[in-house]
Parts: sequence; C-alpha cells; structure tokens
Amino acid sequence: MAERIAIRDAFGEALRELGAANKRVVALDADVGGSTKSVLFGKEFPERYFNVGISELNMVNMAAGLALEGFVPYVNTFAVFLASRALDPVQSLIAYDQLNVRLCGTYCGLSDSYDGASHQAITDIAAMRAIPHMTVLCASDAVQTRALVHQMADWEGPAYLRLSRAPAPVVYHSGTAFEIGKGVMLREGGDLAILATGTVLHQALAAAELLANQGVQAAVADLYSVEPIDRELVIACAKKTGRILTVEEHSARGGLGSAVAEVLAESWPVPVSILGAEDFAESGDLDALLEKYGYKAESIALRAQALLRKGR
Amino acid sequence: MTSEKRRQLEEMCLQFRNELMDILHDIQTGHPGGSLSCTEILTTLYFDLMRHDPKRPEMEGRDRVILSKGHAAPMLYLNLAEAGYFPKEDLKTLRQVGSHLQGHPCRHKTPGVELSTGPLGLGLGAGVGMALGERLKGSDAYIYVLLGDGEINEGAVWEAAMAGAKYKTCRCIAILDHNGVQLDGTNDEIMPLGDLAAKWTAFGWNVITCADGHDVEQVESALFQAKGETERPSVVICETVKGKGISFMEGKSIWHGKAIGDAEYRQAKAELEGGKSHG
Repeated sequence: MAERIAIRDAFGEALRELGAANKRVVALDADVGGSTKSVLFGKEFPERYFNVGISELNMVNMAAGLALEGFVPYVNTFAVFLASRALDPVQSLIAYDQLNVRLCGTYCGLSDSYDGASHQAITDIAAMRAIPHMTVLCASDAVQTRALVHQMADWEGPAYLRLSRAPAPVVYHSGTAFEIGKGVMLREGGDLAILATGTVLHQALAAAELLANQGVQAAVADLYSVEPIDRELVIACAKKTGRILTVEEHSARGGLGSAVAEVLAESWPVPVSILGAEDFAESGDLDALLEKYGYKAESIALRAQALLRKGR
Repeated sequence: MTSEKRRQLEEMCLQFRNELMDILHDIQTGHPGGSLSCTEILTTLYFDLMRHDPKRPEMEGRDRVILSKGHAAPMLYLNLAEAGYFPKEDLKTLRQVGSHLQGHPCRHKTPGVELSTGPLGLGLGAGVGMALGERLKGSDAYIYVLLGDGEINEGAVWEAAMAGAKYKTCRCIAILDHNGVQLDGTNDEIMPLGDLAAKWTAFGWNVITCADGHDVEQVESALFQAKGETERPSVVICETVKGKGISFMEGKSIWHGKAIGDAEYRQAKAELEGGKSHG
C-alpha cells in the first residue's frame, strides 16, 4: 500500500512554504484555519494572514481588494461554503474582474464524512466551472497538492483548488511537475479509458487492476485540471478505446463527466459513462460512504464492465 | 473651502445633472434617482479631495473610489470623463453594445473604475481589503466606499463593518448616501434602518453625520473629519435626496430606474436652468 498523506496537511505546509518564498502571497480564512491548515501560514506570517471570522462572502470581497493591491490572496474555507454562500463575489468580483485570487476549497466531496451532507461539497466543480475565466483544479494526492499550490501563485487569473480532507495514497513521485490545462496518462489500455479527478484517482487505478484480472485493459488518466481541460488527452483516449468512464467525488451533473462529455460530443463522440453523486450523501465513516455511494474500486470496475457491454 | 472652489464644484454638479438628463433621456435606460443623490459626494471626491491622476489610472498610492451602489454608474462616468479618464463623447454610448460604459461599473472596461460593482453589498469588504493592502505596502492612500442606504440591507455590509473594526482600517472611509428611498419604496416601507449612527457605532465605526449631502462644503468638511480619524474606520452618513434637483423625481422610488419621457426631460432641463439662475 502506498504511503498516505492528508491532502490538507500537504496544503498547509505548501502554503507556508510559498509564504516564505513569495511576500506577495497573503492568506485569508473564515474561522476554520485549524481545519484548512491555513493556520500554519498564519503562525509564521501573522501580518499577511487575515482570519475574518465566519463570513465567507466577505472574505472573498476582502480578497478582491487585496488582489487589486497586487497581492495574491489564498482564500481558505470548506469547499461547500466557497462554492455556495461565497459564490456571489467569486463570480461578480473575482471572475468578472479576472483577479489573481486563489480559492482553496477543502473538505471536498464526501471527505468531511462524519459532518454529513451539509458539509460535503458535491456541486463545487459544476458551480466554478460554469464561471468564465475560472480555472478549476482538483488535487489527487499530496505531491500534486504541493505542486499546484506553488504553481497557482504565478497563474494569470482566478483559480479554484479543490482539496480533500482525507489522507490519500501518494500516487506521484515527489517533485513531479504538473501543468495547468494538462492531464496525466497513468496507465495504458485499449478497452476503455477511466478519467478521474481528485483523490478517487487511486480507486480508479485499483479498478484498472481488478479489470486487468478480468481480462479488460483499462487506461487511466488523471484530469486534475478540469478547467481548462486537456482536450487532446480526452480525445486521444476516446480514439484509442472508444469508451470513456469518468470518476469524480462530485455530482454526476456539471463536473468532470460533463466537461469530458462536452469535449467528446463536439470532437469525437463515443459512449461516456459518468460516475458521480446522484444524491446528497450522509454522515459516516469515509470508507463506508465511498463504498455505499459507489466510489470504491469494485464499483468503478462494475461500471466499466457495464459500459463495455454497450455497443460502440 | 474657498468660495471660488465652492462655486466651481457647484457649477460642475449642475453641469453633471444636465448631462445626466441628456444622456439618460437619450438612451431611455439607466438610474437617475441614485445618481442625483450622490452628485455632490462624487464631485467633491474627484475634484476636491482625492489624490489621483487620470493620465495614470493605475498610479501607486492613489486614493480610490469604490462605487458600491453600482447603479449610480452614470454619475461616476460623468465625473471620470470630466476628470479626463476617457473622452466625454464616450458618455453617449452608455449601456450600448460595444461600449466600455456598462450599465454597472466594470473595472476591466472603463479606465478609472477601481472595482466592478452592481450586485449590492460587496464593495465595503473589498474596500477593507484594499485598505489592508495599502497598509501592507506602507501607503497612506484612502479608499472611499460609496454605499446606498438600501444597499445596507445586505448582510455582507455588516460582515465588512466587523472586519474593518477588527483590522482598524481607518483609511477605508464608508460614505452612506442616505436618500431614504430604495427601489420599491422608502427605507421605512421596505426595510427600516433604525438608528443608523448607533448601529455603525456599535460595530466599532467612527460615525460622522453630514446634515446636507448636497452642500459641497459640508461634504468636504465631513470627509476631512473622517480622514483625521487614525484608529477606527469612519462612516460618513450623508443626508441626501433621491432625485435631487428635479422636483418630480425627488424622494420618488419610481425614479430609481425609470426611463425619462420627452415632457419630463423638458421639465427637468427647465428646472435645472432655473436652479442655475437662482444660484
């Protein structure tokens, strides 16, 4: 079993590291700094850290002001709040004015498992992706999290980084470089391609192993950059395998699956199966939730088999 | 304020009211009421108080205006054009396809606009953020945030008020255009505001009252007072009249965003002409 590192710990450490290297970086939090781990930045750079209390919308407004002063604000709270109650200024200030604000939404998907559906984010990708100029990134492991935190600092325009609370197996070698707008082909296979985003990536990889044992060769790619999406990679997968299965800890409507389907509908139509949330989930142990709601390798493999039974 | 300065600002305000009528009558869209209530406030800022350079709209250390009540965009544009941020002839393209003058202020289209606004309640938080940024840079610039009184129905304003008090952003000065009227009716009919001074005081702000927000000298004096406060953020509550200067628009919520008819236009122009002769 690969080493497991909590994404939020990797994030907090990376933000602190970035703060030391780049004095233009400031961080804001809405009274969940201990959860988002932005507190690590705050302890070291108190003059550049603003805990604004439980006011997510105002936090984004303040970040807009700081960005207009030439700073690069990293805005931290739960993904569910950033993509719902704070969405007004995310759209009307950050995106409309194309500000260099980094919206970091943690506890994404079902990862805030025990707190229940009210704290789980399953619509954030859809909400963010629909906004013009918004870049949408979903970190799949600790190595990628660190890389994206650093890379976002110099990115032109607004960006949303989706982060899990859960410890996730490390998929990438330390120091791997990731380009915004690209994906990573992790496993070749000719029967179908599984395109995943976020920490479910390792479940997709495990599903490919299960499928191999069943005589099915599944390609697996990491689409950590949902917007802009790696069109070339998506189309290449469709051309090679003729069947696409997308996997995301997010609503089956409006997220990665939709983004992939949009590309293929225009450029290379093939059957696409979208594995994602069909309803709000519930409280519980994360592993039990992932199993119940169909995100484990076994469920992904079953979806793949069902897709293969469909004609081309 | 010298009498010469006073006369100059008053003439400018009259000119802006005239041009506002011309433009809004011509395009048959836009918000006259809230533009007329903040005429003296904006004109005093741009032509008396502020440190800014229309030739260098991105100049470091400039004072900034955030028109949080973004629907008063026409009056902002009149000020910016007169100051030289863009040609005055652009004004007639307001709200038309291809124009840089949007219905509500848009930062990346219009030189001199510091923040895109329109959805109400967002400007004060951004102003607090700007003031924090200026402080981090060691600048002594002021951020003026012009709020509507209907706008402060929005909870985000009070979130920002708490943040301003916490971070002591004394260079972020809120100006409340207290004209008493919002889109559907008076403040009292729609959402009573209660004791405004007590509310802002309770939120930790230094409250300054300007009894006549249409007297440029009073506006200037209130803003000077606000600039003198070095601990708390200040709010200047300006008592104003929605639709000020056009008798049939004054205090009428219907004129929040109504197109001006031909007869109404003629009457408005005649009244402004008369106001000029009466000084």
